[in-house]
Amino acid sequence: MADAIEAKELTKKFGNLTAVNKISFKIREGEIFGLLGPNGAGKTTTLSMFATLVHPTSGEAYVGGHSIIHEQGAVRKSIGFVFQDPSSDDTLSGRENLYLHALLYGVNLTDINSKIDSVLSLVDLKDKQRVLVKNYSGGMRRRLELARGLLHEPKILFLDEPTLGLDPQTREHMWEYIKELSSKKGVTIIVTTHYMEEAEQLCDRIAIIDHGEIKVLDTPANLRRNVGGDIVTLRFSGKPNVAKLKKLKFIRKTEIKGSTVRLTVYNSAVHLQDILKAAGKVEAVESRSPTMNDVFLHYTGKEIRESGDEAEGGAMERIMHYRANSHR
Amino acid sequence: MSEASGIYALWYREFKVFTRERSRVVSSLITPLMWLVIFGTGLGSILNGAAVGGDYQTFIYPGIIAMTVLFSSLFFGVYIVWDKKIDFLKEVLVAPISRTSIFFGKVLGGTTDGMIQVVILMVLGTFFGIHYTILSFMATLVFAFILIIGIVSIGLTIGSYMSSPEGFSLIGGFVIFPLFFLSGALFPLKSLPAWLYTFVSINPVTYAVDGLRGIIIGIHQFSIMYDLSIILLFAFIMIVIGTYSFKRMKL
Repeated sequence: MADAIEAKELTKKFGNLTAVNKISFKIREGEIFGLLGPNGAGKTTTLSMFATLVHPTSGEAYVGGHSIIHEQGAVRKSIGFVFQDPSSDDTLSGRENLYLHALLYGVNLTDINSKIDSVLSLVDLKDKQRVLVKNYSGGMRRRLELARGLLHEPKILFLDEPTLGLDPQTREHMWEYIKELSSKKGVTIIVTTHYMEEAEQLCDRIAIIDHGEIKVLDTPANLRRNVGGDIVTLRFSGKPNVAKLKKLKFIRKTEIKGSTVRLTVYNSAVHLQDILKAAGKVEAVESRSPTMNDVFLHYTGKEIRESGDEAEGGAMERIMHYRANSHR
Repeated sequence: MSEASGIYALWYREFKVFTRERSRVVSSLITPLMWLVIFGTGLGSILNGAAVGGDYQTFIYPGIIAMTVLFSSLFFGVYIVWDKKIDFLKEVLVAPISRTSIFFGKVLGGTTDGMIQVVILMVLGTFFGIHYTILSFMATLVFAFILIIGIVSIGLTIGSYMSSPEGFSLIGGFVIFPLFFLSGALFPLKSLPAWLYTFVSINPVTYAVDGLRGIIIGIHQFSIMYDLSIILLFAFIMIVIGTYSFKRMKL
């Protein structure tokens, strides 16, 4: 299969700050590719370079087979971009914004109306199309932007934090739209996110990016597997005694943080009993399969979490809680 | 082909916004009316009509048309700053049209706004005793059109370098007041002291005002063709500078 995007040692410096540092990778045609990393990791800069909005300091990239340095016009023709911040004109209606976009991209005048109708129904905005965008909710605005990104039927679509600030329900809707696009229309989709769950749910492959460098690039399943097992967290009432735990062969890694011990366990479902026996009396135990957050932690040595963020909500629900001292 | 539809797209947007924000049109017409009615009548009451070759209010009327387009067209440039702020510009810059087309689309948008104001002012002029023939009406539109294109280009050029509307207002103010006061919009040129005449004669707006005044009330210092050549040259230079600035513009 052909490559939709190829980056070769792509670098962007802003003064002394290296936002993107010699990244090289290929994105296959038709895949959903995730760029995952914390705010300021260089995701948006990378995307902006692919979209010819930012000129690279050094290196080169090919988007849809066209050089982002020498064939900017051809690159811009083959891509769609949904920006992190809404970029529609709020004094215009939803439909007018789409009309404007169609003209900007030279969509055939005879097809404009039917294409606008079809993207509007795709994002469920048909009955709001005449409403001025300033009266749209955040979710509606995002959906409009997505519709706009699709209107000219790009072969490659960039989505920069497409679900940022959306409520969980709208976010899942958005994922459905994106998946449908990829499967039905064969659009190559490059999505940036700092939501672990999103990356995992959506993407065929994920590149974890931190400080402008790609730490790892693989499928979500492989990334998980490489972490090496399930995560079991034990909370003790006093100082944890891990001597016995360390003797257990199926425990790959033991980390102590205050009164909690975090274990990386091979097949925890089978070994939980043994672990609890070895640990003695614990206040709480939690066992789960590794999340992308663990993956991130594994590769970058730090957590990807925003203050007051609900991003891990879905993962939290999957966590099994077992209270050792419970009377039930 | 897509360049043409891109230019149309930008014009379409400016026009939609303009028709939607009618307060912009109304407020832009209140100032010239105050100049005409209050300033024109007030200063006219103490002026010997012979000094300006007729009624003072009539004398400044063409200057007030120039003033109106000067202010509204220059400050049209602030919308490019807002486009940066609301990120709409990103959407435009990532589209497959050239910066030159983006610039021309914007210029056409601003020029349309300006021309609508000119037509309204011309109609209002008939209440102040201005008479148009078909020829003078058309000639006025041509002069106004060229002047507006030049001034909108200045505004857009300033806007392309600015990142805040406040910064734009500051620079815009520096540019616009000399252009206005040194244009002869409010006084005749023939009896000016030499130092002032020098400044006035290097101001392109002077020739627009002189041409408009010649066409509308038949009083002018230079030949109409001379005036026309100067403002054509002025508009052309401003378009070149504006296009260059848009090519260099960063988000």
